[in-house]
Amino acid sequence: MEEALSEIFLQFEGKREEIIPILQRVQENYTYLPEDSMRQIARFTKVPESDIYGVATFYAQFRFTPTGRNHICVCRGTACHVRGAPAILEEVAANVGLEDEGTTEDLEYTLETVACIGCCALAPAITYNEEVHGNLTKNKVRKLIKAEAGKNGSE
Amino acid sequence: MEANDKTVLICRGTGCESAKSPAIQTELMSGLQGSDVEVKFTGCHGMCQQGPIVIVEPQGTFYANVKLKDVEPIVGSLKNGGGPVEKLFYKDPATKEGLSTYHDIPFYSRQKRLVLQNCGRIDPEDIDDYLAEGGYEGLKKAIFDMTPDAVVQAVLDSGLRGRGGGGFPTGRKWKFTQDAPSDTKYVLCNADEGDPGAFMDRSVLEGDPHAVLEGMAIAGFAIGAQKGYIYCRAEYPLAIKRLQIAIEQARERGYLGKGIMDGDFDFDIDIFHGAGAFVCGEETALITSIEGNRGMPRSRPPYPAVKGLYDKPTLLNNVKTYANVRLIINNGADWFASIGTEKSKGTAVFALTGKIANSGLVEVPMGITLREIIFDIGGGMLDPNKNFKAVQTGGPSGGCLPESFLDTPVDYDSLIEAGSMMGSGGMVVMDEDTCMVDVARYFLDFTEKESCGKCVPCRLGTKQMLDILEDIVEGRGKPGDIELLEDLAVGIKAGSLCGLGQTAPNPVLTTLRYFRDEYEAHINHHACPAKQCKELITYHILDTCVGCGLCRRNCSTNAIIGEQKELHYIDQSLCHKCGVCFEVCPPKVFSVEIRTGEVKLVES
Repeated sequence: MEEALSEIFLQFEGKREEIIPILQRVQENYTYLPEDSMRQIARFTKVPESDIYGVATFYAQFRFTPTGRNHICVCRGTACHVRGAPAILEEVAANVGLEDEGTTEDLEYTLETVACIGCCALAPAITYNEEVHGNLTKNKVRKLIKAEAGKNGSE
Repeated sequence: MEANDKTVLICRGTGCESAKSPAIQTELMSGLQGSDVEVKFTGCHGMCQQGPIVIVEPQGTFYANVKLKDVEPIVGSLKNGGGPVEKLFYKDPATKEGLSTYHDIPFYSRQKRLVLQNCGRIDPEDIDDYLAEGGYEGLKKAIFDMTPDAVVQAVLDSGLRGRGGGGFPTGRKWKFTQDAPSDTKYVLCNADEGDPGAFMDRSVLEGDPHAVLEGMAIAGFAIGAQKGYIYCRAEYPLAIKRLQIAIEQARERGYLGKGIMDGDFDFDIDIFHGAGAFVCGEETALITSIEGNRGMPRSRPPYPAVKGLYDKPTLLNNVKTYANVRLIINNGADWFASIGTEKSKGTAVFALTGKIANSGLVEVPMGITLREIIFDIGGGMLDPNKNFKAVQTGGPSGGCLPESFLDTPVDYDSLIEAGSMMGSGGMVVMDEDTCMVDVARYFLDFTEKESCGKCVPCRLGTKQMLDILEDIVEGRGKPGDIELLEDLAVGIKAGSLCGLGQTAPNPVLTTLRYFRDEYEAHINHHACPAKQCKELITYHILDTCVGCGLCRRNCSTNAIIGEQKELHYIDQSLCHKCGVCFEVCPPKVFSVEIRTGEVKLVES
């Protein structure tokens, strides 16, 4: 952990206004913000750890638990909503074994919702490991998750 | 390269990229290697519904929904000089006739593309493409032929108003910031496009990033700033990447940095990655966020023009506002003021989405009616058999307007008068299958989550409103709920510091104003007229069922019972109302019906 963090810190001066970019870099590296990294960031920026948590918890982007190997984001933008996003979310959750947003215990899947991916013309849409899939129906969702799971298995 | 008689343009906006346009570009390039046809990629061409889009210039041949297997015929027609590939033409939804060029397609011919003029035409990652279209001429003219006062005056005279939604006169903002005494000033660009259902700013950044940089540099010259920041949401990786490339190229060519174009004006721009907080679209919250804090708004005055980023005078405008600036400088304030209506000048860019045939990005002169946008440009309803119900503009701060308002001209003041607002440019069309109470609940759910929590009426009031709305859509609505919602709305509007809270009740208020009967049906009759609210509907199989068993096999709770080739029925106690039976029932049979309201009585 130490090494990767020092590497990141090298690119910054430790100023208050760098907190958000630092958090973003750390999360990019670990997929989440480990407890220890928060302490290190506090030391590096000379800002109380509580403040660092204050900033990190304010923004939707930051998380404090690791994500699963497969990352699914369901868009809940207006266009997706009126074209059936709630049913899509339900279907995805049911197919990966979750009730709602979250990460499965075996760390296989993380399911999140986002306010808008910005491809409203393809509504309803989700991203599966950053790849956008649009014009979905419940059936297509089921097939997609099955196909992706098959891909992982054969690798 | 310029001598090429043909250029193939492939759209690589986020929409088309997700439909595999990069692979199509690669195929096209390898197929056309060695020929004199140039292959270029561009930003969003606007008609995202028909993506991936491939265009052949100079004719303007428009190919829609291009798949990998279609590359071969396209390459063939280009190489052999044959006719265009007709089966890939866009088909007019009314006449089913293929239209060969985009000039013929109503979606384009009714638009007026100024801010979007380069989007879909130039390679956004190549500054030479931008320069060939007169790029950075506006900056040159401002720095070398004009005084800062003259630039501010031109923006004032043009009548340009903020494109972020509020519609504050841009020139006045510039004047305030210019007049504020300080050696250090900042120019900020708000690209934190958080409205769900909106992607105008993203498309401009992806398709024509230099236009935004040029506008910011002109602003920097006018107000006396040396530094600019673009606050862009992290959810837009492609926009950030293209901006970064554009900034580097502009620096290399001397359009940004020290001594711009060998003059004595210094100006540089950096990108700040937003971290996913809708409230940061509010100017004071955005500034606090760049400073490294929780992005919470503060009271104004002092306005950012006087005391903004790091307590210095700061100018903050939306992406599209900056993209308009170079046009004003190049063509003059009078030219710009000649477009649009008396009080709303220029054009409006909308992300047209929802239940509409042609989803995508459109730019229209101010003053055009909602009907023209939705039915002429947008091609009407996605499903032609469904009726138009409402159009939502202004995102979570705006409202839903019913059919009777379709002839409302689109300008800042008319939309506010109707109870909605221009907003940043999201326009979501809804049909008879959309439940307006659920839409109101949806927006309140959004604002309740995004409320930063500073002002109690916003933090707790939105929560209360959401609770009531949830009760209503889940069948627990009580008489008096509507009045309580109205009371809460007044309190939240009056007691919130920033625009988020002040406008949060708008979706509820406009739906109450125009669709009150739907609320009443939910509360008094436990009926959802749009048949969307799960708790208020039941699924039934009609006796036209042919017993194909498709629904039975797809039902995840085994609620559907019936022998093959015999009439099926649904055990309501097992049904989770997922609707999969409705979805899979063959259209020819169409035997699944959704009922609402008094249905429960029939069942018991």
